[in-house]
Amino acid sequence: MDTVSLREKIAAFQAAYIRCIDRNELENWPDFFLPQCQYTVTTADNHRAGLAAGLIWASNRAMLQDRISALRHANIYERHSYRHIVGLPFIVDSQAQTASSETPFMVARIMHDGETSLYCTGIYHDVYNTSANTLRLKSRIVVCDSSRIDTLMAIPL
Amino acid sequence: MSQTHPIQWVRGQHTRVPYAVYQNQDVLEQEQKRVYEGPTWNYLCLEAEIPEPGSYRTTFVGRAPIVVARDTDGEIYAFENRCSHRGALICLEKAGTAKDFQCVYHAWTYDLQGSLKGVAFEAGLNGAGGMPPSFCKEDHSPRKLRIATFCGLVFGSFSDEVDGIEDYLGPEICARIERVLHKPVEVIGRFTQALPNNWKLYFENVKDSYHASLLHLFFTTFRLNRLSQRGAVIVSESGGHHVSYSMVDAPQAEAGKQYQEQGLRSDQEGYKLADPTLLAGFKEYEDGITLQILSVFPGFVLQQIQNCLAIRQVLPRGVEKTDLNWTYLGYADDTPEQRDVRLKQANLIGPAGFVSMEDGAVGGFVQRGIAAAGEDQAVIEMGGDSTSSSPSRVTEASVRGFWKLYRRLMDI
Repeated sequence: MDTVSLREKIAAFQAAYIRCIDRNELENWPDFFLPQCQYTVTTADNHRAGLAAGLIWASNRAMLQDRISALRHANIYERHSYRHIVGLPFIVDSQAQTASSETPFMVARIMHDGETSLYCTGIYHDVYNTSANTLRLKSRIVVCDSSRIDTLMAIPL
Repeated sequence: MSQTHPIQWVRGQHTRVPYAVYQNQDVLEQEQKRVYEGPTWNYLCLEAEIPEPGSYRTTFVGRAPIVVARDTDGEIYAFENRCSHRGALICLEKAGTAKDFQCVYHAWTYDLQGSLKGVAFEAGLNGAGGMPPSFCKEDHSPRKLRIATFCGLVFGSFSDEVDGIEDYLGPEICARIERVLHKPVEVIGRFTQALPNNWKLYFENVKDSYHASLLHLFFTTFRLNRLSQRGAVIVSESGGHHVSYSMVDAPQAEAGKQYQEQGLRSDQEGYKLADPTLLAGFKEYEDGITLQILSVFPGFVLQQIQNCLAIRQVLPRGVEKTDLNWTYLGYADDTPEQRDVRLKQANLIGPAGFVSMEDGAVGGFVQRGIAAAGEDQAVIEMGGDSTSSSPSRVTEASVRGFWKLYRRLMDI
């Protein structure tokens, strides 16, 4: 494992992350994060302007679990799935215990009636804890390129 | 019955709405003239968003592009974002600061009040070309709007006949806006939600206090908005504006039983939050009201859900396309802890909102459902045919109120 570069580790992490979401294994999605973490979905405009609010804003892993239980048990929405395509991670910074990266993504959404559309493009701004063998996210800020968001954002990005 | 759109309405009452009114291009065009450019006040932006001389934002009144700017005299002005020359957008940015505005097409220049000040090569070049001497710049400014501000909200109107803003809103709506916007606010985020439906379907949904406890499980499970809670619906005299509010009492076993007996989907037991602090806010309003949804005709919403404050601007983009512009707010004097509560509770709203998610989708369900509805009509009869305020929220009075004013303006 020691010979595996940080870039490869992050790429493998991203592959596992999108596989989890796209296979509808959402109960496992919070495990990609540390218990104390930040997960925000926002837009490039807000991110640039330093506006803190998110479409989704979670300041710990329990809130991510709540997202999933709300999707499973509370919210009403039409059945659909995502297909994430992630680009190559760019390592912004790497320290002894942490690393930060930016990874571009595109998401197609497949509605239950088969309608498929380009749902969202953007960048994952990530901070990882790299001290353990398995990477975990300290922070993932999902910055959507467009400020116009489709009416339904149920499944996380 | 207007000849421009032969849609059949039941005369004299507001309990039936022909589905065609959500489907017809002629209706959309009439709405621009009669509703948005009629005797109404349209929300443009917050005063706080154009704080300095030269600050501006672009927005829309209906489908008309608008520039709203603060001039060096400190006053706010708004004008149609359409060059007097060939009709191009004068200002392309969402917001910024400027000394003046110059159309990119032929460099015609406008001041911050929207008055035409400069025409490139007006006198021609080397004695040739140029505008005729009869051309008078003063006669060629874009359409200007009247401006009214209330509690930091900036409204614009194309109409010379519209009442002053406080008369337009009425005392009860004014008081309920003041209740929330009683001190300076700050924008903490902006999002545009693209709705796949006619604008009226969303605005009706905002006014519909009947659906809240039925469609949104998240609300009811956490006792944010049980119909059995204390609350009421206020409908303005015009019908066009409304407030729905509730306050959380101590858990009412009796009320809970009513829901269970009806076996409603929205009352599933056993749903718990792993992080219950999502709803653990702080008390900031003395009246104990934990939820207040307020609408101003034709497309403004002010929302307080616990400590989560937002403005929603409803704008048509086509017969079956609507932009819902969210402006998330905090108070300027928020502590960091208070601000975090607002950020956390914002999970309730927007396209991913635990509550608002369904509101964003149901309009599309209706739009698709009525595809072959022909001349059929929606039934809006909960609470009878009244369009007045009600102590019960099991009513569609505020939805009927919307149609009352809408039909008056549309002359149908």
